[in-house]
Amino acid sequence: MATTNRPDAPDRDALLRMFEIQQKIKTADERFRAMLTSGQVQLIYYSPRGQECISAGYAVHLRPDDYVVTIYRGLHDHIAKGVPMRELWAEFLGRGTGTCKGKGGPMHVTHPKSGLMVTTGIVGAGIPIANGFGLAAKLSGTDQVTVVNFGDGASNIGAFHEGLNMAAVWKLPVIFVCQNNLYGEHTPMAMSTGVEYISERASSYGMPGVTVNGNDPVAMWKVAGEAVARARAGEGPTLIEARTYRFWGHLMGDAMEYMPKEERKAAMAADPLPAFRAWLLDNGHANEAQLTEIEDQIKALVDDAVEFAMNSPEPPMDELYTDVYEEIIK
Amino acid sequence: MTTTEPRIMPMGMAINEAMDVAMGLDEKVFLLGEDIAEPSGGVYKITKGLSTKYGTDRVRKTPISETAIIGAAVGAAIAGYKPVAEIMIMDFIGVCLDQITNHAAKIRYMSGGQTTVPMVIRTSAGAGRGFGAQHSELLEAFAVHSPGMKVAIPSNPADAKGLLISSIFDADPVLFVEPMLMYWDPAYAGEVPAGDYRVPLGKANTVVEGKDVSLISYGRQVHTCKKAAEELAAEGISAEVIDLRSIVPYDEAAVMASVSKTKRAVVVHEAVTRCGFGAELSSRIHEELFGTLAAPVQRVGGKNIPIPYASNLEKAFLPQVADVVAAVKRTNK
Ligand SMILES: Cc1ncc(C[n+]2csc(CCOP(=O)(O)OP(=O)(O)O)c2C)c(N)n1
Ligand SMILES: [Mg+2]
Repeated sequence: MATTNRPDAPDRDALLRMFEIQQKIKTADERFRAMLTSGQVQLIYYSPRGQECISAGYAVHLRPDDYVVTIYRGLHDHIAKGVPMRELWAEFLGRGTGTCKGKGGPMHVTHPKSGLMVTTGIVGAGIPIANGFGLAAKLSGTDQVTVVNFGDGASNIGAFHEGLNMAAVWKLPVIFVCQNNLYGEHTPMAMSTGVEYISERASSYGMPGVTVNGNDPVAMWKVAGEAVARARAGEGPTLIEARTYRFWGHLMGDAMEYMPKEERKAAMAADPLPAFRAWLLDNGHANEAQLTEIEDQIKALVDDAVEFAMNSPEPPMDELYTDVYEEIIK
Repeated sequence: MTTTEPRIMPMGMAINEAMDVAMGLDEKVFLLGEDIAEPSGGVYKITKGLSTKYGTDRVRKTPISETAIIGAAVGAAIAGYKPVAEIMIMDFIGVCLDQITNHAAKIRYMSGGQTTVPMVIRTSAGAGRGFGAQHSELLEAFAVHSPGMKVAIPSNPADAKGLLISSIFDADPVLFVEPMLMYWDPAYAGEVPAGDYRVPLGKANTVVEGKDVSLISYGRQVHTCKKAAEELAAEGISAEVIDLRSIVPYDEAAVMASVSKTKRAVVVHEAVTRCGFGAELSSRIHEELFGTLAAPVQRVGGKNIPIPYASNLEKAFLPQVADVVAAVKRTNK
């Protein structure tokens, strides 16, 4: 389908970049959860643990000037798109040094310099907005693409259906990434969704749809690469359904009584990150020393970000009325 | 003589009991909303146990589809049912606004009274939890501005139960706003009458009697007013606190009687001040009592900004006891 000649498999550089992104997400996530559990910080936190390979798999195909839109469960997408770790942490902790001066918080992280354009807390709402980014690129004649991330649950809201139809009709350079972690809040997908595969919905809007194992970094890389190439070449949108699992339920503190214990245990035992690490070593893409070095650097990066955020002040009170409009209107 | 233990419970439990009572009384009552059935029982556990007791036909868990939820409730209500639809958090009402303002609210009128929409939209709301701009807002003003919709906002567990049962059996659509911070906080627990206990819509409650100034409020901010009244009492100012309980209809007679007596009024709510219900109330008081007022009516509400995430800014968004006290002082100059 794609017009460009694309390699079938990621090269060593892409593999290591994916590894690095995955580990950054995992390390940041583990630190958030540790700090929450120990009571060091208090915040509403939607862990993306388990879903890292999806973000890493599309992000390595993107340029800094490509756009990403995501949701409250967005830490993995923020990191993958390159939002700086210090400002990201500071935003999560509501500090004045955060990406959004502490005004938005984790559900609304925005960093246009990295191309992270919108994070929304309203299920499905990012989809039509992503079309706007796609339209802008098309109108200006650039070959920028937009990746919009959302969950399986979001595919049941009107905005998804309106958005996909418009994107197909207008042939917008948008990649719809449905991160299907099998649950929407406390409801298993089968109880809320009439199709077995969300990708089936693409055909009714006249766009290609594909289901991929979102926990397989190479498969995800391939599918995302094709979709990005199509969008860049002006061939229109793609719906990618990337199947995955949320290790920690909907949000931290979730009793997870609605998730079968065995199912979660099995998903965590099949954690794609250690598996990918072992695969890289077994196939000679990297040696232990190289991977350890990357991991050490990431640990230092996260340590630094935590310290930066914890030592940052709250936003000054005179920020209360700024940014509502261009000028202050009370 | 028999003594019975007082039934002290948090607001979340009182709301659960109201739905339980209503479903027991009338099989036309059913619930629909995201995650409301077992094992979840709602993300805030407000519908806990109800799907087990009444079955999943009557306690229906829905896809994440607010427009379809409210639309289904509107249709079923016209067809003779009494649906109680849950919109998990009030900000999500933006997704289904059309079904509410263009349909639930207008259908009785547009049909010349042939079709009616006796349904309830339960929703939780309120800032103070670090949930940010899209999960914290009180948006009742839109419904006040949509003739056809009624609006109730309880301030304590007993009223929550009594108002909800009344709302479910009301002939018209009611937006029922539940202050989320009060759901399970024992500080807000209170005694709740057993059984089919009803509090009528449109009947205010004088929470504190006073003679110098009327503090008029509803929902969680009634408690801010109570604290302000205590502080003012220490300074020798006697404040009357009126809890409206519902704002469409609202108890205009009680408001005017109180302000006629005190000659001063401060209206307090959590929603942003600009164009909030307080603006309407202030206007009505001026229209009726201009000549008797000793000072212009003052408004205290949320700041006119999206709700900030950082806790210091979020706190500054919310009306504080000191803001109410300062507003009272402005009526006393
Ligand atoms: C319009 C709207 N309705 C309901 C909610 C409450 N809510 C937040 S997340 C969520 C589940 C979404 O599930 P899914 O799309 O699968 O994403 P996931 O959380 O699994 O990543 C719900 C119902 C919301 N934020 N917005
Ligand atoms: Mg999901």
